[in-house]
Amino acid sequence: MDHLPTLVSEARDAIHAAQSVPALDELRVRYLGKKGEVTALLKGLGKLSAEERPAAGEQINQAKQTLAAEIDTKRQQLESEALNARLAAEKIDVTLPGRGQENGGLHPVTRTLERIEGLFTRIGYDVAVGPEIEDDYHNFEALNIPAHHPARGMADTFYFDATRLLRTHTSPVQVRTMKSSEPPIRIVCPGRVYRSDSDLTHTPMFHQVEGLLVDEGVSFADLKGTIEDFLQAFFERDDLSVRFRPSYFPFTEPSAEVDIQCVMCSGDGCRVCSHSGWLEVMGCGMVHPEVFRHSGIDAERYTGFAFGMGAERLAMLRYGVNDLRLFFENDLRFLRQFT
Amino acid sequence: MKFSEQWLRDWVAPQLDTQAIADQITMAGLEVDAIEAVASAFSGVVVAEVLTKEKHPDADKLNVCTVNDGTGEPVQVVCGAANVDVGQKIPFAQVGGILPGDFKIKKAKLRGVESRGMICSASELGLEEETSPGIFVLPASAPVGLSFREYMQLDDMTIEVDLTPNRGDCLSIKGLAREVGVLNRLPVSGPEIAVIEASIDDTFSVRIEAPEQCPRYLGRIIKGVDISVETPLWMVERLRRSGVRSIDPAVDVTNYVMLELGQPLHAFDRDNLHGGITVRLARKEERLTLLDGQEVALRPETLVIADDEGPLAMAGVMGGENSGVSEKTDTIFLEAAYFTPLAIAGQARSYGLHTDASHRFERGVDPALASVAIERATQLLMEICGGQAGPVTESSSGEHLPAPRNIVLREARLESALSKRLPVEDVTDILQRLGLAVDKQADGWLVTAPSWRFDVAIEEDLIEEIARVHGYNNLPVRRPAARLALRPANEAVLTQAQLRNQMVARGFQEAITYSFVAPDLQAVMLPDAISPVLANPISSDLSVMRASLFPGLVRALEHNLNRQQTRVRLFETGLVFNGHLDNLSQVPMMGALVCGGREAEGWCGAKAQVDFYDLKGDLESLLALGGALDAWRFEPGEHPSLHPGQTARLLHNGKPAGWIGTLHPQVRAKLGLKVDAVMFEVRLDALSEGLIPAFEPLSRYPEVRRDLAFTVKAEIPVQALLDCAKAQAGDYLKDIKLFDVYAGKGVADGCKSIALGLTWQHGSRTLNDDEINLLVDSIVSQVRTELDAELRG
Repeated sequence: MDHLPTLVSEARDAIHAAQSVPALDELRVRYLGKKGEVTALLKGLGKLSAEERPAAGEQINQAKQTLAAEIDTKRQQLESEALNARLAAEKIDVTLPGRGQENGGLHPVTRTLERIEGLFTRIGYDVAVGPEIEDDYHNFEALNIPAHHPARGMADTFYFDATRLLRTHTSPVQVRTMKSSEPPIRIVCPGRVYRSDSDLTHTPMFHQVEGLLVDEGVSFADLKGTIEDFLQAFFERDDLSVRFRPSYFPFTEPSAEVDIQCVMCSGDGCRVCSHSGWLEVMGCGMVHPEVFRHSGIDAERYTGFAFGMGAERLAMLRYGVNDLRLFFENDLRFLRQFT
Repeated sequence: MKFSEQWLRDWVAPQLDTQAIADQITMAGLEVDAIEAVASAFSGVVVAEVLTKEKHPDADKLNVCTVNDGTGEPVQVVCGAANVDVGQKIPFAQVGGILPGDFKIKKAKLRGVESRGMICSASELGLEEETSPGIFVLPASAPVGLSFREYMQLDDMTIEVDLTPNRGDCLSIKGLAREVGVLNRLPVSGPEIAVIEASIDDTFSVRIEAPEQCPRYLGRIIKGVDISVETPLWMVERLRRSGVRSIDPAVDVTNYVMLELGQPLHAFDRDNLHGGITVRLARKEERLTLLDGQEVALRPETLVIADDEGPLAMAGVMGGENSGVSEKTDTIFLEAAYFTPLAIAGQARSYGLHTDASHRFERGVDPALASVAIERATQLLMEICGGQAGPVTESSSGEHLPAPRNIVLREARLESALSKRLPVEDVTDILQRLGLAVDKQADGWLVTAPSWRFDVAIEEDLIEEIARVHGYNNLPVRRPAARLALRPANEAVLTQAQLRNQMVARGFQEAITYSFVAPDLQAVMLPDAISPVLANPISSDLSVMRASLFPGLVRALEHNLNRQQTRVRLFETGLVFNGHLDNLSQVPMMGALVCGGREAEGWCGAKAQVDFYDLKGDLESLLALGGALDAWRFEPGEHPSLHPGQTARLLHNGKPAGWIGTLHPQVRAKLGLKVDAVMFEVRLDALSEGLIPAFEPLSRYPEVRRDLAFTVKAEIPVQALLDCAKAQAGDYLKDIKLFDVYAGKGVADGCKSIALGLTWQHGSRTLNDDEINLLVDSIVSQVRTELDAELRG
């Protein structure tokens, strides 16, 4: 009993000196375990007198609690140190790039087509597609372009034989849709089209989106509103000026070319707009009654409008691409820029 | 069409500057392409007269002249032109003057003789593009001392309009003036064209054998002309400003009248005509040497002007070499005809020709114009070349001339088409100024289209004219109204966008290649393919329609490999074309190609190159996208582009739907490619077929798993083992996994070990070992029978 203070002091030193949780556990057993040195003292209480016993018991319990508390503190300290050491050892360079496949990307023309389709489908247009090898009837006749019409010279056509050709526009899809459905009709027709022309500003294949709306009471004002809305939405410019210039397409009447204020120079005049401040971006018009006739739609009851635009042209203006031919070279250095 | 602004202003005089006129007609549908000054800027050039000319003492080719430039004292000038002569009026650049190209005229000494100015040629003044052979000799009437610019009225613009094919009526000053008159509500007036009374009786017989193609033909003899005279400067200038070169007075007059009024004319040398004129279709094997020296074999649908000996001219397109006028011509037979658009359309093109005449006849020349134009041409010809005119003879077929077109325009229709009510008197005015005969009726207008407007035939044509003249941009704007109708949406169908996005997520860049490819490339890759061939390809490299996406993808790969891009992952969607034209399929496909590293170059150390299974993994991710992977099977196959040992045919619900494989080493060698590539191509319609998820209750009972390893012959496909095991595994098989394929040590030569993990689960009870063991025994015995496979111990 007399050596309790010495024992406590010895135990304390040992606790403080412990380097690991297992060492600490050993100390707990050695001093506070069932056969521990402090516990042994409790067993010696029986040798004391009844008067001395409570005070001595008290002292020993005190010592036990003190040591137990110190062991806990030390344990926490050691555990925390061990965790910190482990965390330090597990440190990685988080600036290294992640593993796995890089993303690819859509072709800028697809990106543009999807964007255009999206703008129209959201207000209730459907997407319609058709064959690329077309016949003379759907590509020309039904669109009010009879044989020998000077308008046939407007698009240099790729022919396979006297009547089969590569469609020169996506307008045949209009005819096919009108033949197979009843008004109201609201469609956009994206797709590849072909013209026998190849130079700095023409490729023999390119993409168009054709739009068609047929219903009762559709007027030229509806066409203007649709085109203005579309162009402002496409270029995300509410203040974009749009103008309609009379033109000629055999399948629409009245027909118009649509110019927008140059998006490169905001209309001040630059190389892209040939210093005119305006860019021609699409053609449009009211569906010609002859086209309705070919498609079996009553032109007295229904009216409608159609429009068509070149996806490459819009993509060039939107993304600042300055060379049309890049679209079909499929150079990865080009394609990756649209990812 | 190019025209001179001054010339236009002679007909109609709006208070607008050049740009404003250009803008105005552009916004009326006559698109101005270019505006150019008719002469470059220069100054200090006056009309002068050559007073004396002497040989330069020290230079053979130079002359020393004095000129009177109106300043008083004669001015000495050294001139190198061979054609300079005393008495000529010439453009003289005075000292201090500036010629085009910022060339300043200074006092100079040429071989010791002082020269104070310069006698100019047309090209030195920027009036001709080619270098002129000599100085520009002006008419004797040119007033000495007058500014040359003023004398020539050079402060003028050439305006070029790009006319749409429906506006043939604007291919003349008269037509353009009419438009400008309508737009500005101004009167339009041209030169007075009087009927030239015949002073001789000579005529030339004309017979129309093809009245459908040529309903009207006017002719006139003009006798005793002198074609050797020069065309007057004013006419040469107007032609030049319209982009037409002066040839001789006869040709110049016909061109001038064509530009002025829109009627193409032709002048024959009467003495080269034999018998009489016949307007007819060409006969078999007839040939004609055209004005440009080209000899053509005429086809029977070609309309010709012939005499008794054969074709003289291709009607409405080009004259013949042997019947045209020349310096020696004494008697002209002048032709002014109406050839129908259909007779001429396509003709010139089919012979590779395009002339001012064919351009106009194809679009429609006013059938009433010939009689006016022939008088105008006669008048101008006689003014320049003298001669005496015979009577105009007309051959025509009334039934074949265009009938007058009467059209009703309803007020209500006009208003609903434009969403605007225009004042009745404005509409009437617009129609009248456009030349239509208008009869206002109770609820609309009854109009008759003028003979020059081939494009006005129905009510919509009139609506367009009114909208155009009123101004499209002055018409209202509104948004279309529609009933909100939900459309069916098939949840099981994947969109192309979803499939494309999956490829993008797997690291592919989308390519768009031409739908036509080089025949030799297609022949190497798909020797048995039949696909349509273009009759008129842009080049032989782009002449056959692709029968597969492979050729285009391989070309794109090549392009990138040649640009140091070694890791290529491309995909494309688009139609492929198979079969003859009469039995053609145009099928949308998705194709992909990979080559190079499995992963992008990086620090992880994955340096492996892609192989078949990498791309197959990408493809399976597409097949699984709609939840219908089970509809697909891969089976070994052979494809001419692909390695015979590394090719699978894809079956969708048992039907062929695509290919995947490694590029055939031989094909690779033929294409000169130095790297391996793996490719697939699958039908998009099959890819887009997915499933609507169908819920199955979750079982509360435990799963049982058994792993089985089999040794089979190396050539047995894993699929066969899987199929066989599945077929024996009973109704409660949940999953079958292939977790190892091994060949080598411990496995007999020519064999491989395949390890399968099978999982069973019942929905309403616990499966017991006995029943599982029965299933396993059945699997083991069946694969032994069917595939000679042994369970490994």
